[in-house]
Amino acid sequence: MKELKIFGVVTFFTLVTYWGVEPLAHSIFHPHVEPADFQFKDLEKITETKGDATKGKEILSQNCVGCHSVEKVGIPAQVDKQTAIDSYGVFPPDLSTAGLIYESNYLANFIKHPTKAGKLEHKYDGVNKFYIMPDYSWMSNEDISSIVEYLKSIAPAKLSNKEVFVDACGRCHSMKYDKLPAVSDVTKVMASTPPDLSMMIRSRGEHYLTTFINDPQKHLHGTAMPRVGLTEEAQKQVITYLEEIGDSKKAEREAIAPYVLGFLGFMIFISLLWKREVWNEVK
Amino acid sequence: MAHSEKAKSLGEWFDQRLNTTGFIKVMMTEYWIPKDINFLWAMGMVLAFTFKILLISGIFLLMYYKPDVDMAFDSVNYTIMQEVGYGWLFRHIHGVGASLVFLIIYIHMFTGIYYGSYKRGREMIWLSGMLLLILFSAEAFSGYMLPWGQMSYWAAYVITNIFGGIPLIGDELVVWIRGNFYVADSTLTRFFMLHVLLVPLAILGGIVFHFYTLRIPHVNNQKGEEIDFEEEANKYKADRKKVSKVIPFWPVFMAKDIFVLSVFLFLFFYLTFYHYNFAMDPVNFDPANELKTPAHIYPEWYFLWSYEVLRGFFFDIAGLKAADIGLVAFGFAQIIFALMPWLDRSPTVAPANSRPYFKVWFWLMIVILIILTVYGKLPPTGTNAWVGFYSSVSFILLFLALPFVTTKEIAATNAHKQNGGKH
Repeated sequence: MKELKIFGVVTFFTLVTYWGVEPLAHSIFHPHVEPADFQFKDLEKITETKGDATKGKEILSQNCVGCHSVEKVGIPAQVDKQTAIDSYGVFPPDLSTAGLIYESNYLANFIKHPTKAGKLEHKYDGVNKFYIMPDYSWMSNEDISSIVEYLKSIAPAKLSNKEVFVDACGRCHSMKYDKLPAVSDVTKVMASTPPDLSMMIRSRGEHYLTTFINDPQKHLHGTAMPRVGLTEEAQKQVITYLEEIGDSKKAEREAIAPYVLGFLGFMIFISLLWKREVWNEVK
Repeated sequence: MAHSEKAKSLGEWFDQRLNTTGFIKVMMTEYWIPKDINFLWAMGMVLAFTFKILLISGIFLLMYYKPDVDMAFDSVNYTIMQEVGYGWLFRHIHGVGASLVFLIIYIHMFTGIYYGSYKRGREMIWLSGMLLLILFSAEAFSGYMLPWGQMSYWAAYVITNIFGGIPLIGDELVVWIRGNFYVADSTLTRFFMLHVLLVPLAILGGIVFHFYTLRIPHVNNQKGEEIDFEEEANKYKADRKKVSKVIPFWPVFMAKDIFVLSVFLFLFFYLTFYHYNFAMDPVNFDPANELKTPAHIYPEWYFLWSYEVLRGFFFDIAGLKAADIGLVAFGFAQIIFALMPWLDRSPTVAPANSRPYFKVWFWLMIVILIILTVYGKLPPTGTNAWVGFYSSVSFILLFLALPFVTTKEIAATNAHKQNGGKH
């Protein structure tokens, strides 16, 4: 009994210390933020004005393909990658999968006003510094909606986790541990070096990444990383991919844990029996 | 050559040459430990075992680790964590073990203080233990640098910088420790050497010495009772085991130790598999970047209390620079525990709770250390800075007051005795 009381005292002080240096400290380092908003409610509801995919195809071929390729429907890039990087600083993304991985109304808002949708107005004021993609705010909401409808109509039904990562993150970020370099070095355009994402799952953790990817400004006010506008599903795939690469042994870890702990539980049991037998002789 | 007969068994063959029977008697079956102990007395063996785990897991990690600023991070996070079979397990064991070894060191140390096990001939046990604490701290600090993550780099930067505060030689000393003007490749390779060779060697020697210091004064017991070990051992050997106040190290003491060790290992591996972030700071999974200071720099949890004493003095006092006062206070915190046997003036060896004044002192010290630890991690701004300041001052005053508190306690106890035990 007395031993249990002592054990209780030791446990109590250990847990108080643990609470102070872990949960308490982390709640102060990372103040609570609103949960991820996959509807992007702060944006104008552009897609409420219905668009038409056929019309969208036409608008897209008149306005977008000068810079963007849409390989899925046989529209190649107008310039090769290196020339694009030399002239724009980045390689404009192919639009084949945009209709799947980006939330529709976000995508519409991005076309209309990229820095507003991406929350990058603090970096590109549109007066002294311009974002790589121009505004299409002169376009009607209906036309923008039509482009989005068209992109959705040509998008694949499903992508692998890695494919989502490459299209959503891989243009700026590298993934060293999967031998994936970033498509273009955006250091100059963004005035910041996007970090390699190989160990992000361990350094940030799933919980942080869920709100961070959804809206980087929430955690890192003033960061050059745009809000990308991924759908909930696409973001989950990105996080799963980060885990597959950065924490590749998770499954193995969780598989052997019960055996090790089971063995030690058994050790506790037999060592208690042995202790009792030995001490019965002396006590 | 001494005369030897032909051995009848392998055991006898060794016995003739190494006196194994005698050795086992001296070290195990007739090494006497008091019977009146609780599970806290198992912490020594738990520590020895945890050190063994650290040593073995460290040897495996050493086979793949590369002490070079360009390769260190990837050799840990890619090669060891992902490529090498069960490399992740060895790293998790090593990381969690490094944290838990300090938890047990602190429990072991506070057990010693609580039961007064540093007095009456046991001073060398205490001092050798304090030496081990310093060696383990050096081992932990140098090891934390090796993965070359953000915390590795910035902790190395901040801690080596502390030496710059030493008068006259400070600046040169920092360069000498780093092997460069800033924390660089030379810093990493020399701390690698310290972590895998010099400090572990010293720890091994320290452990042997710590065991040796126990031999003459013997292990203390729950009541601080003075035991005639020879007489009690004779009772035990005469098969009056229940009457005897001692037990042999093997099998009786170890039977209890192995049970406690099993419980500890269950916790150890639970943390290794499921709850390792407390010991392997997520920030350190970002590669070291000398251009990007992390938002919060803090040492591992076991250094927080002394780190808080260092930064608790955040404003100049009477013309003395804040940083200098902090450094002096930090130095005070590092050595003051070693002086316990002399700061405690009372000759009484008894559990703190049965000593009227020391009881208050002991629990106050625990509370202040926990406050220092918690605030050592929080950002030192606003109220936090003041909590840090007052608890640092309290920590120092507490130790300065100990000789007076214990002297008063002697007087009070004597008066109590003269009254025939009545109030």
